[in-house]
Amino acid sequence: MRAYLPDCDLRVAATLDDALALLAAEPGVWTPIAGGTDLMVVHNAGRLKATRFLDLSRLAELRGIAEEGDCLAFGALTSFTEVREHPAVHRHFPNLVKSARVTGALAIQNRGTLGGNIVNASPAADTPPSLLAYGAELELVSPRGRRRVAYDHFHLGYKQMDLAPDELVARILVPKPQGHSFHYFRKVGTRQAQAIAKVCLAAHARVQDGVLAELRIGLGSVAPVPARARHAEATLLGQPVAALPVAAARAALLDDMSPIDDIRASAHYRSVVTQNVLSHMLRELATA
Amino acid sequence: MIGASSHRKEGRAKVTGAALYTDDKFMPGALHGVTIRSQVPRGILKAIRFGEGIPWDEFTIVTAADIPGKNLVASVVHDQPFLVGIGEEITHMEQPVVLLAHADRHLAEKARRAVSLEVEELPAILDIQSSLELQQVIYGPNNLLKEIRIQKGDPATVWATAAHVIEGEYRTGAQEQMYLETNAMVAQVEEKEGQTWVTVWGSLQCPYYVHNALKQLFDLPGDRVRVVAMEMGGAFGGKEDYPSVNGGHAALLAWKSGLPVKLIYDREEDLACTTKRHPSRTLLKTAFDADGQLLAIEVDFAIDGGAYATMSPVVLSRGALHAAGVYCAPHVKVHARAVATNTPPPGAFRGFGAPQSLFAIERHMDICARKLGLDPVELRRKNFLRMGGTMATGQVIREDLDLGGIMDRALAEIGYHDKRAAYAITNQEDDPIKRGVGFSVFMHGCGFTGSGESYLASVAGVEGLADGTVSILAASTEMGQGKNTVFSQIVAEALKVPFDLVDVAQVDTDHVPNSGPTVASRSTMMVGRILEDAAIGFKQALVQQGFLKEPYTAEEFRAGVQRAVETLGSVKCYGQYHKPANITWNDATYQGDAYPTYSWACYAADVAVDLDIFEVKVEDFVTVQEVGRVVNPRLAAGQIEGGVAQGIGWGLWEEVTTKQGRMINNQMTNYIIPTSADLPRIRVTFLENAHPAGPGGAKGIGELPMDGPGPALVNALEAALGPLRLDEVPMTPERLLARWEEVSHG
Amino acid sequence: MADHITLRMKVNGEDRSVEVHPFARLLDVLREDLRLTGTKEGCGEGECGACTVLVDGRVVNSCLVPAAQVQGSEIVTVEGLAKGDELSPLQAAFVAHNGAQCGFCTPGMLVAATDLLNRCPNPTEDAVREGLAGNLCRCTGYSKILDAVHTAASGGEGK
Repeated sequence: MRAYLPDCDLRVAATLDDALALLAAEPGVWTPIAGGTDLMVVHNAGRLKATRFLDLSRLAELRGIAEEGDCLAFGALTSFTEVREHPAVHRHFPNLVKSARVTGALAIQNRGTLGGNIVNASPAADTPPSLLAYGAELELVSPRGRRRVAYDHFHLGYKQMDLAPDELVARILVPKPQGHSFHYFRKVGTRQAQAIAKVCLAAHARVQDGVLAELRIGLGSVAPVPARARHAEATLLGQPVAALPVAAARAALLDDMSPIDDIRASAHYRSVVTQNVLSHMLRELATA
Repeated sequence: MIGASSHRKEGRAKVTGAALYTDDKFMPGALHGVTIRSQVPRGILKAIRFGEGIPWDEFTIVTAADIPGKNLVASVVHDQPFLVGIGEEITHMEQPVVLLAHADRHLAEKARRAVSLEVEELPAILDIQSSLELQQVIYGPNNLLKEIRIQKGDPATVWATAAHVIEGEYRTGAQEQMYLETNAMVAQVEEKEGQTWVTVWGSLQCPYYVHNALKQLFDLPGDRVRVVAMEMGGAFGGKEDYPSVNGGHAALLAWKSGLPVKLIYDREEDLACTTKRHPSRTLLKTAFDADGQLLAIEVDFAIDGGAYATMSPVVLSRGALHAAGVYCAPHVKVHARAVATNTPPPGAFRGFGAPQSLFAIERHMDICARKLGLDPVELRRKNFLRMGGTMATGQVIREDLDLGGIMDRALAEIGYHDKRAAYAITNQEDDPIKRGVGFSVFMHGCGFTGSGESYLASVAGVEGLADGTVSILAASTEMGQGKNTVFSQIVAEALKVPFDLVDVAQVDTDHVPNSGPTVASRSTMMVGRILEDAAIGFKQALVQQGFLKEPYTAEEFRAGVQRAVETLGSVKCYGQYHKPANITWNDATYQGDAYPTYSWACYAADVAVDLDIFEVKVEDFVTVQEVGRVVNPRLAAGQIEGGVAQGIGWGLWEEVTTKQGRMINNQMTNYIIPTSADLPRIRVTFLENAHPAGPGGAKGIGELPMDGPGPALVNALEAALGPLRLDEVPMTPERLLARWEEVSHG
Repeated sequence: MADHITLRMKVNGEDRSVEVHPFARLLDVLREDLRLTGTKEGCGEGECGACTVLVDGRVVNSCLVPAAQVQGSEIVTVEGLAKGDELSPLQAAFVAHNGAQCGFCTPGMLVAATDLLNRCPNPTEDAVREGLAGNLCRCTGYSKILDAVHTAASGGEGK
């Protein structure tokens, strides 16, 4: 443990209002902590600049999974285990179940939260591609009130978010797919568990009259942020499922990515494999 | 007793959490130590600066200038300083320079970051090729830590006339042992009766290595130094030589502070600075006649030894002695070099050089088979060593060796021929999953190389206790391999008493003799044999002195021992290694019996490659091995399964990524070892062929399973994907993609 | 900077109270303050699972849990698995099957396996592999651990 504990402070928020008041009173000073599965790793290694932490884990206001109109609303503190176990999530969002299931292993899934996975803003996080594919929306809360932001506009750059210092992610709202639709999730991470994604692709599509009527693709680990594959989507939308322009979509996908070389994989590997996974997804879509 | 799957002696303590590992030892007033390391690969240390904001007067600070004895770690070659002094040369990125200790471990961590080093940088060399090319001379006259030549006949005489000459180049990467318990030491130095007494408790494989290192470090006689092995959370060679370094560091801090000191590495430090498997590069040239009979093997074997010799001379030796594999050729030449680089020194790791050279020869044989248009099974069969055949060193195979039988058994178990035929068809289908089966045939020399066992002259003994039970006295350590249990079985068998009447004494150099290091697959075979002799001597002494009458029951034995202890005070009997008469070895010429015997094996792998993502799934893994008599089948199977798991990791996933010679993926998140979701059930078959050198006919097994998986997996990959340049491990997804693209599959 | 807190927990069925920094790791509280050293640190980054304990019935990596977050919680460590001298069926099966080699992953592995069998008394092999995937073992290749879990699940029978 390399952090210098005496320099650190941890405040436990009893209510959401208390938490927001503290964040507003000293903007940028307090780092929220929930499951701790990302933050504690960096803290233990002595590489965390932050020293003051605001514990949100007891805020009932940020918990729970509930139906809300056409959406399923996830409290930001919803754990991966809760995502895995909730019947409504299984029914509507199989990709979310899959992405929660491959996030670390059980001990991580019991503690890590959906909100934390979002605001940690790692491009390699496992649930964001699924949230992008499902067109999720975030509800942010501050003493100034609540506002909503489309998730695919939330990440602005590496670790940069549309999130003010006094704001917290309160809920994640995911619209329930209507009718029969196609869900695809694949994470590539060398080993089968306890892996960090080198490539991740989630897709959600709806086919109408043999034509691809709706498609969203979320990508992980191939850009500074979890990213929509808008170029590839545009190439494919409106095309007949029986004759999808796979080569064109693969080419367009290159414009959706800006992968880098790092200790986990090469940029080239990420690029080729993301294209291959897209092809795999399209094969499955064509035979679905 | 021998042959029974007795339960692990320390099993209960391990499942209840009662077993005490080094970090579990709390001593009143103990300080926490940290190590300041160089952050350049090569340079001259000019100054050490202690930054602001730290109460330095509360700290114990040790630099090279404080060292009371010799500032060199006792090892094969005494070349590595414990700490680099001002004006001295830094030779790698993780070289220890300053030691700090404080009662508050958080403050010690903070202080670690407040020390900076002023260093005049020098150009560094970081890989085998740059070292061989003498881009910089960093060690001795020619950067060679060790050079070995082995020759039988003369390959030069056949190159021109042979029907086929096939050359290849192979590489293997560094590998981290990744024992679950990091390197850890606790030390105490007491001044009593005007003398200095040094005690170190630690996670260590070789108590007498550390003992020697401490004697030299403090310039003390042996009886003033005590080394105690705590429960050990895995080692795999990673705690063979390194504990001499961190044991010395902990002791220096304890000596200077006068207080107990704990020096526990965290995972990042352990991964960055402790030893790894040596990276290797092997050039192979083989000649065959028109029928595929081997005429000559020439091997140029080079390993990266890092900045200091550590175990490199002996790792190189074992690698060189396994370089021709299990084949008999009239002409063999091996040229082996361990080269110095400005990298943290590698050291011992299960297999100890053999996995590297065996990967090369076993890959090469498959490639030769393809080039000769022969089945890899039949090419091997034609060329196997057999009884009466000679190895590169001239060692004659004296046992009834049937490698063909071992191979056929493994191939039958995995369904090799049927699968080859089936996959040839299914791999044509338009499916990204391609399948292949491959195998390797190999051996592992048991015990120390060459005259090592004679130099060691190991001693071990048994002691009768007041309660009538028997305690085993040996410095061999338990690292999970099952030494406590296997030794107890061997002694119980020799004494003809129940297993429960025998246990193992704590490994403490004040109490147990030097039975040699716990390495080289030698404990069961070598130390076990000495214990067998000691136990028989013990029993005979009791009988001769009238404490025991044969035959006896367990109760009679117990009563006899009790009486003997009451009467004599102490009842111990020791045994010592005796070189078997028929073994000869010449260290100068590398001729003779390199090892008293070998364990032999064939491993076969069935793999599926997903060409979308270039990941490899191991669907089935079969191991068949001839290891002499198996003392404890369940523990032995555990050794094979665990070794294969490490071998699969080395073959497919485990890559040490470096920058300026330092590991930069030094976290468990980024250095990929297999989880329970990544491995098949590894299948284990033992063929028992009792060997006279070992107790009850046992041979060594600990390292064998590390040797076979790498080549078996890569041979299977070639079977699945066709002739790619599959010349290296780990064959990671990234590397496999690159190789695939080389042949422009598009 | 922060005042210490009085951390009250039920550990292995016993009420414990200890003065700690609110951001101290649960792992360190258990090992250093309560001297329950069965729980191990293998990586400090939630990767190896050697520090696995149960918090309110769920497995967690205790190296990633700040003390203040377990105020009032129930903790079970490896020391809490046996009933007095009587090993739990899982512990007994680990001994019988050589599921522990070096033993360093064993405490966390046993806690994770206990949790797995609590939730799923008769798991398939794949379920065991997934359930224990957060607990790295470098010694066994996992086969003997799987044998032990299956044996405990089937009430002491099995291979």
